[in-house]
Amino acid sequence: MIRFLIKGVLRDRSRSLFSVIAITIGVFLAVVYRGFVAGIFDDMLRQGAIMMTGHVKVTTRAYAEEAALLPMDLALLGVDETMEQLSADYPGMFFTPRIVFGGLIDVPDEEGVTREQGPVAAMAIDLLSSGSRQVELWDLENRLVDGRLPQSADEALLGDVYARRLMVVPGDIVTLIGSTMHGAFTTHNFTIVGTVAIGVGSLGKNLLLTDISGARQALDMADGATEILGFYTDMFYDDDAAVARAADYNAARNGTGDEFAPYMVPLRDQYNMGAMLDYMDVAVVIFIGVFFIVITIVLWNLGIMNSLRRYGELGVRLAIGESKAHVFGSMVIESTVVGIGGWLVGTAIGLAVVYYLQEVGIDYGAMMEDFNMPISHVMRGKITPDSFYLGLFPGVVAPVVGTMLAGRAIFKREMSQLFKELEA
Amino acid sequence: MSADSAIQIESLVKHFPMGGSVVEALKGVNLALGAGEFAGLVGPSGSGKTTLLNIIGGLDSPTQGSVRVLGEDLANKTHKQLADLRKEHIGFIFQTFNLLPVYTVFENVEFPLLLLNRTNGERQKAVDEALERVGLSHKTKARPATLSGGESQRVAIARAIVKQPSIILADEPTANLDAENSHNIMRILVELNEDNSTSFLFSTHDEKVMAYLRRTIHLVDGNITSDEVTTPSAP
Ligand SMILES: Nc1ncnc2c1ncn2[C@@H]1O[C@H](COP(=O)(O)OP(=O)(O)OP(=O)(O)O)[C@@H](O)[C@H]1O
Ligand SMILES: [Mg+2]
Repeated sequence: MIRFLIKGVLRDRSRSLFSVIAITIGVFLAVVYRGFVAGIFDDMLRQGAIMMTGHVKVTTRAYAEEAALLPMDLALLGVDETMEQLSADYPGMFFTPRIVFGGLIDVPDEEGVTREQGPVAAMAIDLLSSGSRQVELWDLENRLVDGRLPQSADEALLGDVYARRLMVVPGDIVTLIGSTMHGAFTTHNFTIVGTVAIGVGSLGKNLLLTDISGARQALDMADGATEILGFYTDMFYDDDAAVARAADYNAARNGTGDEFAPYMVPLRDQYNMGAMLDYMDVAVVIFIGVFFIVITIVLWNLGIMNSLRRYGELGVRLAIGESKAHVFGSMVIESTVVGIGGWLVGTAIGLAVVYYLQEVGIDYGAMMEDFNMPISHVMRGKITPDSFYLGLFPGVVAPVVGTMLAGRAIFKREMSQLFKELEA
Repeated sequence: MSADSAIQIESLVKHFPMGGSVVEALKGVNLALGAGEFAGLVGPSGSGKTTLLNIIGGLDSPTQGSVRVLGEDLANKTHKQLADLRKEHIGFIFQTFNLLPVYTVFENVEFPLLLLNRTNGERQKAVDEALERVGLSHKTKARPATLSGGESQRVAIARAIVKQPSIILADEPTANLDAENSHNIMRILVELNEDNSTSFLFSTHDEKVMAYLRRTIHLVDGNITSDEVTTPSAP
């Protein structure tokens, strides 16, 4: 009997092949769409994470409390050791130190007299050490407007617009005027080797971007950093994990009472990002919900149509003596099996595409050369854990429920009706 | 009730709700059919023939009255029990053949035996015999779509007889067939009736079928107006 039913499914293309294809396509679209939306939302976080917050940020406890003031005197020391510890404790992440500081730059004329002066929001990141991914993550090569990237500690980049205002061109030497982490007055010369267009909010405006080694010299903070940014190796922010990680990390150092102990803050808890993340969670649900509802309705109808078409056959089977429950059960099992088949295939293909988007991405930069926005020009996806089972709803539940609804007729109506509908 | 009674119907009324009103399809039918009879319900369209056959087969339920099939009162039966009764004792033949399109001729005929959990060997033998009887031994692998109307109906007959049921209910089995095929089919059915003493109840308004009947029951507007023994006039 089971073999008989299987034969029926396999031979009836619109029940087997077409249904599997339809469900496969539906589930495929759902999975890809889900991964795509996750990728887009992650991309919205990505720039800020790279330039401002990291996925987690480690500072001293005291610095964290007054982070908005950029309190240099509360900077981390012993950074190498802390970094080593962090890398050992969190193998799925990488960490990079930096110094965020303010100051003035002085642009001298040929005689060495001040020609222009202005404030800078300086950022010293790890541009030069061999394993660092900062140049790649900041996309500096593409953002370079003029000149080249720094190759030594005394070289720096200046924001493009600001450089033009101060009439600084690559090759000019500027003097940074600021204070060391101990509060002492300091000056330090940097050669501006290039200008960059960062264009992310206020960050780009008065930017002086240099390697951390130069800043350490300038500010007298050997082995120091104001913050250490941590990123997931795949660059996708996992909010729950980051929050839990930070909580663990801080709990382990809670008892010391040391103001200068390292303290971890997840992306969520910086710059009001929590509200943004919560908003994004809701938006994801809405985006995906609408799409899923559409696909669910389509596949639900597929289940109904496939069954309605078969009323005649069902009537005959009942007339020959098959019980209602058996006929109904076989329809439901059949559509479940077909649905699971489509779900598996659709999910597999969909995940493959999302995986490609996640690992490689599709670069549409060439199409948008003149479009200078602080979003990346790589279309990305992200495999989320729910991608593995989300397709079950439109792919299996919907057609099975559709089949059940249509199959209800077997119980509800008098059986002779089933023939009438066949003849009509 | 005699031991060899196939069908016993008393005061059978069937109403169908139709929008707000009610269609009275059967208005108090009394009928007894013995084992081995070859009888036909004859009447104009809409007189209630199909309704009566469906109720006998347990596909429809009576509004009032009692129906006994092979001594069993259908009123107290569950759907499952009615299905079992059909499965074991009743064969249906329809006007529109109603073959399962995705299955071969052999598989269509085999289906009732699968429901009865017959073994592979039993099924093979019974299906071969049934197809032989209807003269389609050479078409076992064909799909219904490739068959002519006459062939299709012969497959449907093979499917109805393969389990050797006590009763065969045939609803206008020749309505979609030409004269030659109609006669072929009727001859096959007469032969089955004589060989196996299977009871037959037809519904028809086809003169060719009537010519084979040994009992003719006239149904008009939901009432039996006459019920008489007839002498088959067909060759
Ligand atoms: N499911 C139903 N719902 C409503 N009315 C029905 C239903 N089935 C049958 N009827 C009505 O009951 C009456 C008898 O129908 P039935 O099909 O039994 O006639 P019949 O004698 O078989 O006719 P035909 O020769 O055209 O097949 C008709 O008036 C028909 O419209
Ligand atoms: Mg009829």
